[in-house]
Amino acid sequence: MSNQPSFLQALFDQGYLIPSGVPGLFGRGEAYEAIVSAFDGLISRLVKDDGAEKISFPPGMSRAHLEKSGYLKSFPQLAGSVHSFCGTDHDHIELLREIDQGGDWTRGLVCTEVALTPATCYPVYPIMAARGPLPSGGQVFDLQSYCFRHEPSEDPARMQMFRIREFVRAGTQEEVLDFRTAWLERGRDLIKSIGLPLDIDLANDPFFGRGGRLMRAGQREKELKFELLVQIANPSGPTAIMSFNYHQEHFGETWGIHTAEGGVAETACTGFGMDRVALALLRHHGLDLAAWPEPVRETLGL
Amino acid sequence: MIEKVRDIVALYGGVSIDVASLDDAADLYAAGMTSFASVNLMLGLEEAFSIEFPDVMLTRKTFGSLAAIAEAVAKLSSNTA
Repeated sequence: MSNQPSFLQALFDQGYLIPSGVPGLFGRGEAYEAIVSAFDGLISRLVKDDGAEKISFPPGMSRAHLEKSGYLKSFPQLAGSVHSFCGTDHDHIELLREIDQGGDWTRGLVCTEVALTPATCYPVYPIMAARGPLPSGGQVFDLQSYCFRHEPSEDPARMQMFRIREFVRAGTQEEVLDFRTAWLERGRDLIKSIGLPLDIDLANDPFFGRGGRLMRAGQREKELKFELLVQIANPSGPTAIMSFNYHQEHFGETWGIHTAEGGVAETACTGFGMDRVALALLRHHGLDLAAWPEPVRETLGL
Repeated sequence: MIEKVRDIVALYGGVSIDVASLDDAADLYAAGMTSFASVNLMLGLEEAFSIEFPDVMLTRKTFGSLAAIAEAVAKLSSNTA
């Protein structure tokens, strides 16, 4: 077994992923992208009658919006902001000299208005709020973007930049809880249909620091987060490929999102880790797509 | 002790009702303390009493009421005394 390359190395060798030299930052080969697109299409067929508003976001979002969302209270260790050079000709010469000398050329950079999107749903809440009260019955969004989280790792399923497709429900408590309950069932059926062995379990987010222990305990006690887990490449346990999150009034209150009846809206979301699903498929069905089980290929339309 | 705890809860707990009239055993979460507020409260208590809550005490129960907090602070203060 010791001669067998790691899963990540095998993905590189077969051109599914292309290394960048930075852990968790990869190019995607054509066959890998075909898997992601096929799964994306499968989701689209499932939700075609949901009446969701579809929005694609870039990997960057308004830094002010990220700050207001409270993300930095909970996950400062994962956040990323975009900095740019705003200096003079003289500063430019200094910058080039720093690079030549192997110094830190980034010290003089200025933080721009852009932060990296840490999860696909963050940019949608200010959009909802700006539109005024939700329509009667609330609303569903179908979102996708690349996301960034600063957690360099050798685990191919823990990338620093990765895609999430996420469904966000805003409305009354009953509406958003019904949405989450329905998605727990839909998610299980969908992942079963592509032949992946799964578990669904209560979960918590990786809140920062000692205070984070309190946050994690609170999140679990209130059953705010569930994950759908599949074994991928982490020897210590399975990896979440979907999550099901109930935010209560957190975003409604933060952004001033109201229901048609005038109450503070509640929100919930369901996210697919698109890259993790592709990796789970490759892990379980093998690196030869032509040899995948016929029902799985048929379901995915591959 | 409980009065000092009460002052710190008023400062950091973010509870929506008047802390001054809060019963010692009243549930602070039910009174409106959020998880975020409980983290600030924990840090505020550590500073005010020069203590550090060990990981095993970082639970919702520890910060659930004025009485529970006072008990935890007393325990930690006597350990360091």
